[in-house]
Amino acid sequence: MSALLSTRALSKSFAGLRAVHEVDLDLAPGEIRALIGPNGAGKTTLVSMLIGRIAPTSGAILFEGRDITRLPAHARVRLGMAYTFQITSVFARLDVAENVGLAARRRLGGDRAAVARETALVLERVGLAGHADALAGDLSYGHQRLLELAMGLAQAPRLLILDEPTQGLAEGEIEAFKRLIREVAAEATILLIEHNMSVVMALADRITVLDFGEVLAEGSPAGIHASAAVQAAYLGTGADA
Amino acid sequence: MNARILALHGGLLALLLVLHFVLPVYHHGNLARIMVLACYAIGYNLLFGYTGLLSLGHAMFFAAGMYGMGMPFHHLGLGAELAFLAGIGTAGALALVVGLLALRTLGVAFMIVTLMFSQAFYLMILLAARWTRGDEGLVLAGADRVLFGLDLTDPDIRYLLALGLFALCLSAALWLVRRPFGRVLVAIRENPERAELLGYDIFRHKLAAVVVSGMFSGAAGAAYGLMFGYVGASFAEVHFSIFPLLWVLLGGAGTVIGPFFGVLFMFYLIDISSGLTPAYMLIAGVALVLLTLFAPQGLAGEVRRRWLRWLP
Repeated sequence: MSALLSTRALSKSFAGLRAVHEVDLDLAPGEIRALIGPNGAGKTTLVSMLIGRIAPTSGAILFEGRDITRLPAHARVRLGMAYTFQITSVFARLDVAENVGLAARRRLGGDRAAVARETALVLERVGLAGHADALAGDLSYGHQRLLELAMGLAQAPRLLILDEPTQGLAEGEIEAFKRLIREVAAEATILLIEHNMSVVMALADRITVLDFGEVLAEGSPAGIHASAAVQAAYLGTGADA
Repeated sequence: MNARILALHGGLLALLLVLHFVLPVYHHGNLARIMVLACYAIGYNLLFGYTGLLSLGHAMFFAAGMYGMGMPFHHLGLGAELAFLAGIGTAGALALVVGLLALRTLGVAFMIVTLMFSQAFYLMILLAARWTRGDEGLVLAGADRVLFGLDLTDPDIRYLLALGLFALCLSAALWLVRRPFGRVLVAIRENPERAELLGYDIFRHKLAAVVVSGMFSGAAGAAYGLMFGYVGASFAEVHFSIFPLLWVLLGGAGTVIGPFFGVLFMFYLIDISSGLTPAYMLIAGVALVLLTLFAPQGLAGEVRRRWLRWLP
Protein backbone atom coordinates (compact mmCIF):
# COMPACT_ATOMS: atom_id res chain seq x y z
CA MET A 1 0.00 0.00 0.00
CA SER A 2 1.46 3.36 -0.96
CA ALA A 3 0.13 6.07 1.31
CA LEU A 4 -1.35 9.33 0.05
CA LEU A 5 -0.06 11.19 3.07
CA SER A 6 2.52 10.07 5.61
CA THR A 7 4.26 11.62 8.54
CA ARG A 8 7.51 10.37 10.02
CA ALA A 9 8.38 11.21 13.63
CA LEU A 10 6.51 14.49 13.26
CA SER A 11 6.93 16.67 16.37
CA LYS A 12 6.06 20.15 17.52
CA SER A 13 7.04 21.84 20.74
CA PHE A 14 5.84 25.21 21.91
CA ALA A 15 8.40 26.70 24.31
CA GLY A 16 9.20 23.29 25.75
CA LEU A 17 5.61 22.03 25.75
CA ARG A 18 5.41 18.88 23.62
CA ALA A 19 2.20 19.39 21.65
CA VAL A 20 2.87 16.64 19.12
CA HIS A 21 5.53 14.01 19.66
CA GLU A 22 6.98 11.69 17.00
CA VAL A 23 3.74 10.93 15.20
CA ASP A 24 3.84 8.40 12.35
CA LEU A 25 0.67 8.50 10.31
CA ASP A 26 -0.18 6.84 6.98
CA LEU A 27 -3.36 7.68 5.11
CA ALA A 28 -4.34 5.22 2.41
CA PRO A 29 -5.87 6.66 -0.76
CA GLY A 30 -9.66 6.78 -0.57
CA GLU A 31 -10.04 6.12 3.15
CA ILE A 32 -11.89 8.17 5.72
CA ARG A 33 -9.61 8.51 8.69
CA ALA A 34 -10.86 9.96 11.93
CA LEU A 35 -8.49 11.66 14.33
CA ILE A 36 -9.82 11.71 17.86
CA GLY A 37 -8.51 12.45 21.30
CA PRO A 38 -9.26 14.52 24.38
CA ASN A 39 -9.06 18.31 24.29
CA GLY A 40 -5.45 19.43 24.09
CA ALA A 41 -4.26 16.11 22.66
CA GLY A 42 -2.59 17.92 19.75
CA LYS A 43 -5.08 17.14 16.98
CA THR A 44 -5.33 20.66 15.57
CA THR A 45 -1.57 21.18 15.95
CA LEU A 46 -0.98 17.99 13.97
CA VAL A 47 -3.24 18.91 11.05
CA SER A 48 -1.95 22.49 11.08
CA MET A 49 1.48 21.03 10.38
CA LEU A 50 0.05 18.80 7.65
CA ILE A 51 -1.42 21.75 5.75
CA GLY A 52 1.50 24.08 6.51
CA ARG A 53 -0.06 26.63 8.85
CA ILE A 54 2.66 25.93 11.39
CA ALA A 55 6.15 24.50 10.91
CA PRO A 56 7.12 21.28 12.67
CA THR A 57 9.98 21.23 15.16
CA SER A 58 11.24 18.00 13.63
CA GLY A 59 10.10 15.10 11.46
CA ALA A 60 8.86 14.86 7.90
CA ILE A 61 5.59 15.02 5.96
CA LEU A 62 5.19 13.20 2.65
CA PHE A 63 2.37 13.70 0.16
CA GLU A 64 2.25 11.06 -2.59
CA GLY A 65 5.80 10.14 -1.68
CA ARG A 66 7.07 13.70 -2.05
CA ASP A 67 8.60 15.50 0.93
CA ILE A 68 6.46 18.59 1.52
CA THR A 69 7.76 19.44 5.00
CA ARG A 70 9.20 22.76 3.84
CA LEU A 71 6.51 23.76 1.33
CA PRO A 72 4.38 26.83 2.16
CA ALA A 73 0.67 26.23 2.69
CA HIS A 74 -0.44 27.59 -0.69
CA ALA A 75 1.88 25.20 -2.50
CA ARG A 76 0.48 22.22 -0.57
CA VAL A 77 -3.04 23.29 -1.49
CA ARG A 78 -1.96 23.37 -5.12
CA LEU A 79 -0.75 19.77 -4.80
CA GLY A 80 -4.29 18.72 -3.88
CA MET A 81 -4.72 19.23 -0.15
CA ALA A 82 -7.61 21.23 1.27
CA TYR A 83 -8.32 22.31 4.82
CA THR A 84 -11.45 23.54 6.54
CA PHE A 85 -10.98 25.59 9.67
CA GLN A 86 -12.10 24.55 13.14
CA ILE A 87 -13.02 28.14 13.90
CA THR A 88 -15.03 29.18 10.88
CA SER A 89 -12.93 31.32 8.57
CA VAL A 90 -14.96 32.55 5.62
CA PHE A 91 -14.80 35.84 3.73
CA ALA A 92 -17.51 37.44 5.85
CA ARG A 93 -18.01 40.57 3.73
CA LEU A 94 -18.16 38.72 0.42
CA ASP A 95 -21.23 36.85 -0.76
CA VAL A 96 -21.52 33.09 -0.48
CA ALA A 97 -21.07 32.48 -4.21
CA GLU A 98 -17.86 34.53 -4.28
CA ASN A 99 -16.50 32.59 -1.29
CA VAL A 100 -16.91 29.36 -3.21
CA GLY A 101 -15.89 31.06 -6.47
CA LEU A 102 -12.51 31.99 -4.96
CA ALA A 103 -11.99 28.35 -4.04
CA ALA A 104 -12.97 27.10 -7.50
CA ARG A 105 -11.21 29.83 -9.51
CA ARG A 106 -7.70 28.88 -8.47
CA ARG A 107 -8.25 25.53 -10.16
CA LEU A 108 -10.43 26.59 -13.08
CA GLY A 109 -8.74 29.91 -13.91
CA GLY A 110 -10.47 32.78 -15.68
CA ASP A 111 -13.24 30.66 -17.24
CA ARG A 112 -16.21 32.48 -15.72
CA ALA A 113 -18.83 30.02 -16.93
CA ALA A 114 -16.96 27.03 -15.51
CA VAL A 115 -16.48 28.77 -12.16
CA ALA A 116 -20.16 29.72 -11.98
CA ARG A 117 -21.18 26.17 -12.86
CA GLU A 118 -18.88 24.60 -10.27
CA THR A 119 -19.99 27.12 -7.62
CA ALA A 120 -23.67 26.38 -8.22
CA LEU A 121 -23.01 22.65 -8.14
CA VAL A 122 -21.10 22.73 -4.87
CA LEU A 123 -23.64 25.01 -3.18
CA GLU A 124 -26.38 22.64 -4.26
CA ARG A 125 -24.48 19.71 -2.80
CA VAL A 126 -24.04 21.22 0.66
CA GLY A 127 -27.56 22.65 0.63
CA LEU A 128 -26.72 26.35 0.43
CA ALA A 129 -28.05 26.94 -3.10
CA GLY A 130 -30.71 29.31 -1.76
CA HIS A 131 -28.11 31.49 -0.04
CA ALA A 132 -25.74 32.19 -2.93
CA ASP A 133 -26.29 35.96 -2.83
CA ALA A 134 -26.20 36.35 0.96
CA LEU A 135 -23.12 37.81 2.62
CA ALA A 136 -21.17 34.97 4.22
CA GLY A 137 -21.04 36.88 7.50
CA ASP A 138 -24.84 37.00 7.63
CA LEU A 139 -25.19 33.20 7.53
CA SER A 140 -26.02 31.27 10.69
CA TYR A 141 -23.10 29.47 12.31
CA GLY A 142 -24.21 26.10 11.01
CA HIS A 143 -24.49 27.46 7.48
CA GLN A 144 -21.01 28.96 7.75
CA ARG A 145 -19.72 25.50 8.63
CA LEU A 146 -21.38 24.19 5.48
CA LEU A 147 -19.84 27.05 3.49
CA GLU A 148 -16.41 26.01 4.82
CA LEU A 149 -17.12 22.54 3.54
CA ALA A 150 -18.29 23.92 0.19
CA MET A 151 -15.03 25.85 -0.16
CA GLY A 152 -13.15 22.64 0.51
CA LEU A 153 -15.16 20.70 -2.08
CA ALA A 154 -14.86 23.41 -4.74
CA GLN A 155 -11.12 22.82 -4.77
CA ALA A 156 -11.67 19.18 -5.79
CA PRO A 157 -8.89 18.10 -3.43
CA ARG A 158 -7.36 14.65 -3.23
CA LEU A 159 -7.00 15.03 0.52
CA LEU A 160 -9.64 16.91 2.46
CA ILE A 161 -8.81 17.78 6.07
CA LEU A 162 -11.89 18.63 8.11
CA ASP A 163 -11.26 20.15 11.53
CA GLU A 164 -14.35 19.52 13.67
CA PRO A 165 -16.80 20.06 10.81
CA THR A 166 -19.97 19.17 12.72
CA GLN A 167 -19.34 21.48 15.65
CA GLY A 168 -22.41 23.70 15.98
CA LEU A 169 -24.51 21.76 13.46
CA ALA A 170 -28.07 20.70 14.32
CA GLU A 171 -28.98 16.97 14.41
CA GLY A 172 -30.66 17.09 11.00
CA GLU A 173 -27.70 18.89 9.49
CA ILE A 174 -25.34 16.24 10.89
CA GLU A 175 -27.28 13.49 9.10
CA ALA A 176 -27.00 15.41 5.82
CA PHE A 177 -23.31 15.98 6.54
CA LYS A 178 -22.68 12.24 6.96
CA ARG A 179 -24.36 11.51 3.64
CA LEU A 180 -22.31 14.18 1.92
CA ILE A 181 -18.99 12.95 3.34
CA ARG A 182 -19.75 9.40 2.16
CA GLU A 183 -20.28 10.79 -1.34
CA VAL A 184 -17.11 12.87 -1.23
CA ALA A 185 -15.10 9.87 -0.03
CA ALA A 186 -15.54 8.35 -3.49
CA GLU A 187 -13.38 11.15 -4.90
CA ALA A 188 -11.08 12.15 -2.07
CA THR A 189 -9.25 10.87 0.97
CA ILE A 190 -10.64 12.42 4.13
CA LEU A 191 -8.95 13.21 7.41
CA LEU A 192 -11.61 14.06 9.94
CA ILE A 193 -11.03 15.57 13.36
CA GLU A 194 -14.22 15.01 15.26
CA HIS A 195 -15.57 14.99 18.78
CA ASN A 196 -18.99 13.63 17.91
CA MET A 197 -18.43 9.87 18.32
CA SER A 198 -21.59 8.92 16.44
CA VAL A 199 -20.22 10.76 13.38
CA VAL A 200 -16.83 9.07 13.80
CA MET A 201 -18.32 5.60 14.18
CA ALA A 202 -20.62 6.08 11.21
CA LEU A 203 -18.01 7.44 8.81
CA ALA A 204 -14.49 6.35 9.65
CA ASP A 205 -12.73 3.44 7.99
CA ARG A 206 -9.95 3.75 10.52
CA ILE A 207 -9.46 5.77 13.66
CA THR A 208 -6.28 7.26 15.09
CA VAL A 209 -6.38 8.25 18.76
CA LEU A 210 -4.07 11.01 19.91
CA ASP A 211 -3.29 11.62 23.56
CA PHE A 212 -0.67 14.00 24.99
CA GLY A 213 0.61 14.51 21.46
CA GLU A 214 1.33 10.84 20.79
CA VAL A 215 -0.53 8.14 18.90
CA LEU A 216 -2.25 6.13 21.60
CA ALA A 217 -4.06 3.68 19.37
CA GLU A 218 -5.00 3.11 15.77
CA GLY A 219 -7.48 0.68 14.30
CA SER A 220 -10.97 -0.06 13.06
CA PRO A 221 -13.94 1.73 14.71
CA ALA A 222 -14.97 -1.50 16.45
CA GLY A 223 -11.46 -2.13 17.75
CA ILE A 224 -11.05 1.41 19.04
CA HIS A 225 -14.48 1.33 20.60
CA ALA A 226 -13.49 -1.69 22.67
CA SER A 227 -10.02 -0.47 23.56
CA ALA A 228 -9.44 -0.02 27.27
CA ALA A 229 -6.57 2.43 26.68
CA VAL A 230 -8.84 4.77 24.72
CA GLN A 231 -11.48 4.67 27.39
CA ALA A 232 -8.85 5.49 29.94
CA ALA A 233 -7.67 8.51 27.98
CA TYR A 234 -11.19 9.82 27.54
CA LEU A 235 -12.69 8.91 30.89
CA GLY A 236 -9.67 9.15 33.12
CA THR A 237 -10.12 5.61 34.46
CA GLY A 238 -7.09 3.39 35.01
CA ALA A 239 -6.03 1.31 32.03
CA ASP A 240 -7.00 -1.85 33.88
CA ALA A 241 -10.42 -0.60 34.94
CA MET B 1 -18.98 43.40 -18.96
CA ASN B 2 -22.06 44.31 -17.00
CA ALA B 3 -24.07 47.03 -18.82
CA ARG B 4 -24.74 49.08 -15.66
CA ILE B 5 -21.05 49.24 -14.81
CA LEU B 6 -20.15 50.22 -18.35
CA ALA B 7 -22.86 52.89 -18.43
CA LEU B 8 -21.79 54.44 -15.13
CA HIS B 9 -18.07 54.66 -15.83
CA GLY B 10 -18.53 55.48 -19.51
CA GLY B 11 -21.07 58.11 -18.48
CA LEU B 12 -18.55 59.82 -16.21
CA LEU B 13 -15.99 59.95 -19.04
CA ALA B 14 -18.60 61.31 -21.46
CA LEU B 15 -19.61 63.96 -18.94
CA LEU B 16 -15.98 65.02 -18.52
CA LEU B 17 -15.70 65.32 -22.31
CA VAL B 18 -18.80 67.52 -22.46
CA LEU B 19 -17.42 69.67 -19.64
CA HIS B 20 -14.38 70.38 -21.81
CA PHE B 21 -16.59 72.47 -24.08
CA VAL B 22 -18.65 74.27 -21.47
CA LEU B 23 -16.44 74.89 -18.43
CA PRO B 24 -15.01 78.36 -17.75
CA VAL B 25 -11.23 78.58 -18.07
CA TYR B 26 -10.51 78.43 -14.35
CA HIS B 27 -12.48 75.25 -13.66
CA HIS B 28 -11.32 73.75 -16.95
CA GLY B 29 -7.74 74.00 -15.74
CA ASN B 30 -8.63 72.64 -12.31
CA LEU B 31 -10.38 69.62 -13.74
CA ALA B 32 -7.35 68.74 -15.88
CA ARG B 33 -5.24 68.64 -12.72
CA ILE B 34 -7.93 66.71 -10.86
CA MET B 35 -8.07 64.03 -13.54
CA VAL B 36 -4.30 63.47 -13.42
CA LEU B 37 -4.32 63.35 -9.63
CA ALA B 38 -7.27 60.94 -9.80
CA CYS B 39 -4.97 58.51 -11.64
CA TYR B 40 -2.65 58.72 -8.65
CA ALA B 41 -5.61 58.07 -6.32
CA ILE B 42 -6.80 55.11 -8.42
CA GLY B 43 -3.33 53.58 -8.15
CA TYR B 44 -3.25 54.15 -4.41
CA ASN B 45 -6.69 52.63 -4.05
CA LEU B 46 -5.64 49.40 -5.79
CA LEU B 47 -3.25 48.80 -2.91
CA PHE B 48 -5.18 50.35 -0.04
CA GLY B 49 -8.82 49.83 -1.00
CA TYR B 50 -8.57 46.47 -2.72
CA THR B 51 -5.54 44.74 -1.20
CA GLY B 52 -5.88 46.27 2.26
CA LEU B 53 -2.29 47.55 2.45
CA LEU B 54 -1.98 51.05 3.88
CA SER B 55 1.12 52.73 2.48
CA LEU B 56 2.32 56.06 3.84
CA GLY B 57 4.99 56.40 1.20
CA HIS B 58 3.28 56.64 -2.15
CA ALA B 59 4.74 60.09 -2.80
CA MET B 60 7.97 58.28 -3.71
CA PHE B 61 6.21 56.49 -6.58
CA PHE B 62 4.53 59.67 -7.79
CA ALA B 63 7.88 61.48 -7.58
CA ALA B 64 9.76 58.55 -9.15
CA GLY B 65 7.44 58.85 -12.14
CA MET B 66 7.92 62.59 -12.23
CA TYR B 67 11.74 62.54 -11.92
CA GLY B 68 12.09 59.38 -14.00
CA MET B 69 10.37 61.36 -16.75
CA GLY B 70 11.83 64.81 -16.01
CA MET B 71 15.55 64.04 -15.60
CA PRO B 72 16.12 62.33 -18.97
CA PHE B 73 13.78 64.88 -20.56
CA HIS B 74 15.66 67.82 -19.11
CA HIS B 75 19.25 66.56 -19.15
CA LEU B 76 19.34 64.13 -22.06
CA GLY B 77 16.76 65.73 -24.30
CA LEU B 78 14.68 62.55 -24.40
CA GLY B 79 11.37 62.99 -26.25
CA ALA B 80 8.20 63.40 -24.19
CA GLU B 81 6.79 60.02 -25.25
CA LEU B 82 9.84 58.01 -24.17
CA ALA B 83 10.35 60.17 -21.09
CA PHE B 84 6.80 59.41 -20.00
CA LEU B 85 7.45 55.67 -20.35
CA ALA B 86 10.75 56.06 -18.50
CA GLY B 87 8.82 57.66 -15.65
CA ILE B 88 6.41 54.73 -15.41
CA GLY B 89 9.31 52.28 -15.61
CA THR B 90 11.23 54.05 -12.85
CA ALA B 91 8.21 54.03 -10.55
CA GLY B 92 7.56 50.35 -11.30
CA ALA B 93 11.18 49.38 -10.60
CA LEU B 94 11.21 51.35 -7.34
CA ALA B 95 7.90 49.76 -6.32
CA LEU B 96 9.33 46.30 -6.97
CA VAL B 97 12.35 46.91 -4.73
CA VAL B 98 10.37 48.66 -1.99
CA GLY B 99 7.67 45.97 -2.19
CA LEU B 100 10.18 43.13 -1.81
CA LEU B 101 11.49 44.71 1.39
CA ALA B 102 8.40 46.36 2.88
CA LEU B 103 6.08 43.39 2.35
CA ARG B 104 8.04 41.46 4.95
CA THR B 105 6.06 43.56 7.41
CA LEU B 106 2.35 43.91 8.10
CA GLY B 107 -0.03 46.59 9.34
CA VAL B 108 1.53 49.47 11.25
CA ALA B 109 5.06 48.26 10.48
CA PHE B 110 4.24 48.36 6.75
CA MET B 111 3.05 51.96 7.13
CA ILE B 112 6.26 52.96 8.91
CA VAL B 113 8.56 51.15 6.49
CA THR B 114 6.92 52.71 3.42
CA LEU B 115 7.05 56.12 5.13
CA MET B 116 10.77 55.68 5.82
CA PHE B 117 11.55 54.62 2.24
CA SER B 118 9.62 57.60 0.96
CA GLN B 119 11.47 60.02 3.24
CA ALA B 120 14.77 58.51 2.12
CA PHE B 121 13.72 59.03 -1.48
CA TYR B 122 12.80 62.65 -0.76
CA LEU B 123 16.18 63.30 0.90
CA MET B 124 17.93 61.64 -2.04
CA ILE B 125 16.28 64.12 -4.38
CA LEU B 126 17.51 66.99 -2.21
CA LEU B 127 21.03 65.53 -1.89
CA ALA B 128 21.37 64.95 -5.63
CA ALA B 129 20.84 68.65 -6.15
CA ARG B 130 23.44 68.73 -8.90
CA TRP B 131 21.03 66.86 -11.16
CA THR B 132 17.68 67.49 -9.52
CA ARG B 133 18.32 71.12 -8.47
CA GLY B 134 17.04 70.18 -5.02
CA ASP B 135 14.27 72.35 -3.59
CA GLU B 136 14.12 74.51 -6.66
CA GLY B 137 13.26 71.67 -8.99
CA LEU B 138 13.41 71.49 -12.76
CA VAL B 139 11.38 73.67 -15.05
CA LEU B 140 10.74 71.81 -18.28
CA ALA B 141 11.11 73.95 -21.38
CA GLY B 142 7.72 74.63 -22.96
CA ALA B 143 9.00 74.30 -26.51
CA ASP B 144 10.02 70.65 -25.90
CA ARG B 145 6.79 69.62 -24.23
CA VAL B 146 5.28 68.06 -27.33
CA LEU B 147 3.61 64.66 -27.12
CA PHE B 148 2.88 62.97 -30.48
CA GLY B 149 2.90 66.43 -32.08
CA LEU B 150 0.49 67.85 -29.51
CA ASP B 151 1.57 71.01 -27.71
CA LEU B 152 1.27 70.41 -23.97
CA THR B 153 1.31 74.09 -23.14
CA ASP B 154 -2.11 74.43 -24.80
CA PRO B 155 -4.80 74.12 -22.06
CA ASP B 156 -7.29 72.42 -24.42
CA ILE B 157 -4.82 69.74 -25.39
CA ARG B 158 -3.79 69.36 -21.77
CA TYR B 159 -7.38 68.77 -20.71
CA LEU B 160 -8.02 66.19 -23.41
CA LEU B 161 -4.78 64.34 -22.69
CA ALA B 162 -5.58 64.34 -18.97
CA LEU B 163 -8.98 62.92 -19.85
CA GLY B 164 -7.34 60.31 -22.05
CA LEU B 165 -4.98 59.24 -19.26
CA PHE B 166 -7.80 59.20 -16.74
CA ALA B 167 -9.95 57.08 -19.08
CA LEU B 168 -7.06 54.67 -19.46
CA CYS B 169 -6.43 54.38 -15.71
CA LEU B 170 -10.13 54.06 -14.91
CA SER B 171 -10.69 51.28 -17.45
CA ALA B 172 -7.49 49.49 -16.48
CA ALA B 173 -8.51 49.55 -12.81
CA LEU B 174 -12.02 48.38 -13.67
CA TRP B 175 -10.65 45.53 -15.76
CA LEU B 176 -8.12 44.56 -13.10
CA VAL B 177 -10.46 44.41 -10.12
CA ARG B 178 -12.99 42.27 -11.98
CA ARG B 179 -10.39 39.77 -13.13
CA PRO B 180 -9.48 36.74 -10.99
CA PHE B 181 -6.34 38.64 -9.92
CA GLY B 182 -8.40 41.51 -8.51
CA ARG B 183 -10.76 39.10 -6.76
CA VAL B 184 -7.81 37.48 -5.03
CA LEU B 185 -6.59 40.90 -3.86
CA VAL B 186 -9.97 41.46 -2.22
CA ALA B 187 -9.78 38.00 -0.67
CA ILE B 188 -6.35 38.88 0.76
CA ARG B 189 -7.76 42.11 2.19
CA GLU B 190 -10.68 40.25 3.78
CA ASN B 191 -8.93 37.17 5.15
CA PRO B 192 -5.30 36.53 4.15
CA GLU B 193 -4.99 33.22 6.00
CA ARG B 194 -8.05 31.83 4.25
CA ALA B 195 -6.79 33.04 0.87
CA GLU B 196 -3.44 31.30 1.45
CA LEU B 197 -5.25 28.07 2.28
CA LEU B 198 -7.21 28.30 -0.96
CA GLY B 199 -3.84 27.96 -2.68
CA TYR B 200 -3.06 31.59 -3.48
CA ASP B 201 0.49 32.88 -3.02
CA ILE B 202 -0.21 35.92 -0.85
CA PHE B 203 3.23 37.47 -1.10
CA ARG B 204 3.34 37.40 -4.88
CA HIS B 205 -0.13 38.85 -5.19
CA LYS B 206 0.71 41.65 -2.77
CA LEU B 207 3.97 42.36 -4.57
CA ALA B 208 2.17 42.55 -7.91
CA ALA B 209 -0.34 44.95 -6.33
CA VAL B 210 2.46 47.19 -5.04
CA VAL B 211 4.11 47.29 -8.47
CA VAL B 212 0.87 48.00 -10.36
CA SER B 213 -0.09 50.64 -7.81
CA GLY B 214 3.36 52.19 -8.08
CA MET B 215 3.12 52.30 -11.88
CA PHE B 216 -0.27 54.04 -11.79
CA SER B 217 1.19 56.58 -9.36
CA GLY B 218 4.27 56.99 -11.52
CA ALA B 219 2.17 57.53 -14.64
CA ALA B 220 0.28 60.26 -12.83
CA GLY B 221 3.53 61.87 -11.62
CA ALA B 222 5.11 61.75 -15.09
CA ALA B 223 2.00 63.20 -16.71
CA TYR B 224 1.72 65.93 -14.09
CA GLY B 225 5.32 66.99 -14.68
CA LEU B 226 4.95 66.96 -18.46
CA MET B 227 1.66 68.81 -18.53
CA PHE B 228 2.47 71.53 -16.08
CA GLY B 229 6.17 71.79 -16.90
CA TYR B 230 7.56 71.47 -13.40
CA VAL B 231 9.37 68.67 -11.56
CA GLY B 232 9.85 69.49 -7.87
CA ALA B 233 10.90 67.86 -4.62
CA SER B 234 7.71 69.05 -2.90
CA PHE B 235 5.87 66.24 -4.73
CA ALA B 236 7.98 63.72 -2.81
CA GLU B 237 7.19 65.20 0.59
CA VAL B 238 5.18 63.34 3.17
CA HIS B 239 1.99 65.34 2.66
CA PHE B 240 1.91 64.04 -0.89
CA SER B 241 1.70 60.53 0.58
CA ILE B 242 -1.16 61.55 2.86
CA PHE B 243 -3.23 63.15 0.08
CA PRO B 244 -4.02 59.93 -1.81
CA LEU B 245 -5.04 58.29 1.46
CA LEU B 246 -7.47 61.16 2.17
CA TRP B 247 -8.77 61.21 -1.40
CA VAL B 248 -9.45 57.49 -1.34
CA LEU B 249 -11.03 57.55 2.13
CA LEU B 250 -13.30 60.43 1.09
CA GLY B 251 -14.15 59.04 -2.33
CA GLY B 252 -14.66 55.45 -1.21
CA ALA B 253 -11.92 52.87 -0.64
CA GLY B 254 -12.37 49.77 -2.75
CA THR B 255 -14.47 51.46 -5.43
CA VAL B 256 -13.17 52.18 -8.94
CA ILE B 257 -15.01 55.47 -9.35
CA GLY B 258 -14.56 56.77 -5.79
CA PRO B 259 -10.99 58.12 -6.00
CA PHE B 260 -11.98 60.62 -8.70
CA PHE B 261 -14.73 62.06 -6.51
CA GLY B 262 -12.39 62.12 -3.54
CA VAL B 263 -9.89 64.27 -5.43
CA LEU B 264 -12.66 66.47 -6.84
CA PHE B 265 -14.26 66.99 -3.45
CA MET B 266 -11.02 67.75 -1.63
CA PHE B 267 -9.71 70.03 -4.38
CA TYR B 268 -12.81 72.23 -4.33
CA LEU B 269 -13.22 72.01 -0.58
CA ILE B 270 -9.83 73.68 -0.17
CA ASP B 271 -10.38 75.95 -3.17
CA ILE B 272 -13.70 77.31 -1.93
CA SER B 273 -12.87 77.52 1.76
CA SER B 274 -9.59 79.33 1.10
CA GLY B 275 -11.63 81.96 -0.78
CA LEU B 276 -13.75 82.52 2.33
CA THR B 277 -11.23 82.72 5.13
CA PRO B 278 -7.51 82.43 5.78
CA ALA B 279 -8.43 79.71 8.29
CA TYR B 280 -9.54 77.50 5.42
CA MET B 281 -7.90 74.41 6.82
CA LEU B 282 -10.36 74.62 9.70
CA ILE B 283 -13.31 74.44 7.32
CA ALA B 284 -11.67 71.63 5.38
CA GLY B 285 -10.98 69.79 8.63
CA VAL B 286 -14.55 70.09 9.88
CA ALA B 287 -15.90 68.89 6.54
CA LEU B 288 -13.59 65.88 6.66
CA VAL B 289 -14.65 65.04 10.22
CA LEU B 290 -18.33 65.27 9.25
CA LEU B 291 -17.82 63.04 6.26
CA THR B 292 -15.98 60.39 8.27
CA LEU B 293 -18.77 60.51 10.84
CA PHE B 294 -21.70 60.23 8.45
CA ALA B 295 -20.22 58.45 5.45
CA PRO B 296 -17.38 56.37 6.89
CA GLN B 297 -17.07 54.37 3.69
CA GLY B 298 -16.54 57.48 1.58
CA LEU B 299 -18.80 58.99 -1.06
CA ALA B 300 -18.92 56.08 -3.51
CA GLY B 301 -18.73 53.56 -0.66
CA GLU B 302 -21.84 55.08 0.89
CA VAL B 303 -23.65 55.02 -2.45
CA ARG B 304 -22.75 51.36 -2.80
CA ARG B 305 -23.90 50.52 0.72
CA ARG B 306 -27.25 52.29 0.33
CA TRP B 307 -28.25 51.89 -3.30
CA LEU B 308 -25.85 50.28 -5.74
CA ARG B 309 -24.54 47.02 -4.33
CA TRP B 310 -23.12 46.09 -7.73
CA LEU B 311 -20.67 49.02 -7.80
CA PRO B 312 -17.19 47.57 -8.49
